Amino acid sequence: MEAFLHQVLAGLANGAVYASLALALVMIYQSTHHINFAQGEMAMFSTYLAWAMINAGVPYWLAFVSTVLASFVIGVVIERAVIRRVANAPVLTVVVVFIALLVIFNSVAGWIFSYTIKVFPSPFPSQPLFGPYISTHEAGVVGISVLVLTLLYLFFRFTPLGLAMRATAENPVSARLAGIRVGWMLALGWGLAAAIGAVAGMMIASIVYLDPNMLSGVLLYAIAAALLGGIDNPFGAVVGGLAIGVLENLMGAYVVGTELKLTVALAVIIGVLIFRPTGLFGRAFVTRV
Amino acid sequence: MRGMEADRARWILIAVVVVAACALPFVVSSYRVFQFNLVLVYSIVLIGLNLLTGFNGQISLGHGAFYAIGAYVAAILMHHAGVPYWATVPAAGLTCFVAGCLFGLPALRLHGHYLALATFALGVAMPQILKYQGLEHWTGGVQGIVISKPKPPLGLPLTQDQWLYLFTLAIALLMFWIAWNLLRGRIGRAMVAIRDHPIAAEAMGINVAAVKTLTFGVSALYAGVGGALGAVVVQFVAPDSFVALLSISFLIGIVIGGLASISGAIYGALFIQFVPNIADQISRAAPWAVYGLFLLAFVFLMPTGVAGFLRLAWARLTARRAAAGGPIREPR
Amino acid sequence: MPVLEVSDLHAGYGRSDVLHGLSFSVEDGGITTVLGANGAGKTTLLRALCGLLPVRGSIVLAGTQIAGRPTEAIVRLGVAHVPDGRGTFLNLSTEENLRVGAITRRDRAEVARDFERIYAYFPRLKERRHQQAGTLSGGEQQMLAISRALMLRPRLLLLDEPSFGLAPLVVQDIFRIMRTINAEQKVSMLLVEQNASLALDLANTAYLLETGRVVMSGPAQELRRADNVRQAYLGY
Ligand SMILES: Nc1ncnc2c1ncn2[C@@H]1O[C@H](COP(=O)(O)OP(=O)(O)O)[C@@H](O)[C@H]1O
Ligand SMILES: [Mg+2]
Repeated sequence: MEAFLHQVLAGLANGAVYASLALALVMIYQSTHHINFAQGEMAMFSTYLAWAMINAGVPYWLAFVSTVLASFVIGVVIERAVIRRVANAPVLTVVVVFIALLVIFNSVAGWIFSYTIKVFPSPFPSQPLFGPYISTHEAGVVGISVLVLTLLYLFFRFTPLGLAMRATAENPVSARLAGIRVGWMLALGWGLAAAIGAVAGMMIASIVYLDPNMLSGVLLYAIAAALLGGIDNPFGAVVGGLAIGVLENLMGAYVVGTELKLTVALAVIIGVLIFRPTGLFGRAFVTRV
Repeated sequence: MRGMEADRARWILIAVVVVAACALPFVVSSYRVFQFNLVLVYSIVLIGLNLLTGFNGQISLGHGAFYAIGAYVAAILMHHAGVPYWATVPAAGLTCFVAGCLFGLPALRLHGHYLALATFALGVAMPQILKYQGLEHWTGGVQGIVISKPKPPLGLPLTQDQWLYLFTLAIALLMFWIAWNLLRGRIGRAMVAIRDHPIAAEAMGINVAAVKTLTFGVSALYAGVGGALGAVVVQFVAPDSFVALLSISFLIGIVIGGLASISGAIYGALFIQFVPNIADQISRAAPWAVYGLFLLAFVFLMPTGVAGFLRLAWARLTARRAAAGGPIREPR
Repeated sequence: MPVLEVSDLHAGYGRSDVLHGLSFSVEDGGITTVLGANGAGKTTLLRALCGLLPVRGSIVLAGTQIAGRPTEAIVRLGVAHVPDGRGTFLNLSTEENLRVGAITRRDRAEVARDFERIYAYFPRLKERRHQQAGTLSGGEQQMLAISRALMLRPRLLLLDEPSFGLAPLVVQDIFRIMRTINAEQKVSMLLVEQNASLALDLANTAYLLETGRVVMSGPAQELRRADNVRQAYLGY
């Protein structure tokens, strides 16, 4: 029982990271109806920035904040320089652009920082917290993710900028007619998504290790989480992320072992989607492909 | 008048390309013959994927899985049952047709990104399944299976590479011809109608479920035929040759080549065969970054793929010729 | 002096033009209507005016040339558009819809007062202010669309068939309030309608649009009496 509880809680820590990354995906999806396949690699790249700063002697939290800000800027620049140009292109063309970004980030990270795995520090001690069920570190990861999600919620719910972004995501033409600079809102969405991704990257890197390929699997879980929750629903993305984190961990521990857990987790998700094709909390789905 | 003239030009062009393709193995090195052989293999897969994604609107990020099934069917039949290589091709195609229909049935419930995820999961799962210990007797596990290269029949004075290339070319031409006929007919129109106006298609009495499932099957059949030929060409199958990246490359191939275009399969196959090599020569340190930049360049410069770009260029050219005093043509 | 002066306006979708050289003006503080059958180009006209479509020709708003400017800039100069289909943000609450309307304004105190003013014109919206806009009735959504536009404090309000799809009593209600708003808030209006009888009652000046061309213009009362308008648009 104790071991089981531990698996569940450790799954929640992973799930919190999937949820953050899934939220980043939902943010871009809501305004553009695209799933950013490069989200994971962008987050990985951000994590390397943090690693480089920490290695150069910058205190952890300063590096953390600088990385989040730098990632925000990178996100905005990518939207303005690349994504904008394919705004009206067919979906599959955009998918190819995302794949291009993915391989570029991956390759450049390997080039600058090499493909050898690195240890990424955690700001939290690793001793157990309240008994053997969860380490302070895992609790810290959950805590940071919850904090990010809360801040985002407050931002979207209570600030004019958040309102403008929600309006733009729902109806860009009406938003323009209210005088909102829609182009900038999209860039801002990319910036925020990149910033959230950076937090997720730094959290997961302290659980596993840092290497250029560390987030490709995580991104798949995040996409699955977003789809499972309902791709247009931020709340659903969070629930989906947590559910998948726990599911994955339990599968790995008790059912199929770590080798096949990705396959089985995906199979379960697809099984769910076949019975609920718009996700658990999704609205009626409009085909775009 | 004009239609006939354009038709004639097109047939001449196709004839020239076919003749050039037949002559190719006799003028380039045997390593290049091998590379172009793979181009032919990929082009078969890309037509199939284009039938599904380009013409029917069902996205697949998992065609590498059907390619893998085709390759393993061929390898297992040759290795364990001594079946001749040419006979494995239809067997692989049929197996994949069945597998494709089976996968296409549940896929009916999924659309857009959801279908992309499901197919991608198939692509991710395939290497893991191929490594599965219970199947090791047949699949050879992580080691895979080695196949011997076929000899030219009837004592023809060809090298093995040349023969295999011509064999693949013949099958590729057959597969192109089948696709072309399929698309011209009733089924082709139904496929496109389902992509563009799914609700209207249903109302017009098209059996949407059947057409979509069959398209999935036919598309997988193409991937299986390609996989079998690919296995024979490479003389080796192993789980790690069929990672998810292969499926992504196929998707890149149809977008770069030109969605919903038959000739696009050739351009796309050339891209996925040669551009990674070129990128590697440009930068050893970060070849994939160069590859990514190539992708961006192609997408920005030719948003409708190479085939779309060429079509546009051709239209401009003929329009200019017409304007410069040629016979008057009605605008398109 | 007119608040809006349009001359030789061409606009359309892609290659083919829908509007073929329109010229007209909107009197400052007045209500001008453009009448036309379905497909005449009324919606296209309003879209062109606020920069949602590429245009050729001249559009002068209170002395400023706005043709070719981006929509956001035109809106910030004081043009509010109540679009075809109402453009409601269905997932936002009624109040959030109104806040979006005022999003470019910095005068918080005045915005708060405008909320009260609008709730006074449309008490129904006040009752439903925390409700998701997607759950409002058609008439309420039309009121919300007009209110959202007014929250911008526009000098010119463009209205695209506000009567469309609504019950006659609701329409009468809305038109009555529009008249009040015009008088009290001094906002000029350009009203596009198929329902000629209603529009001519409300407007001072009217233009008749047929396949992208102005075929008739004059004071609203005069157009009402013109034989061809009576037969084609008023039905008597
Ligand atoms: N998005 C569009 N793309 C192409 N043509 C359009 C579009 N919207 C309207 N049209 C065409 O423009 C013409 C005028 O339409 P519209 O301005 O909507 O007329 P109205 O609002 O007077 O009914 C019609 O012939 C219509 O077919
Ligand atoms: Mg209209």
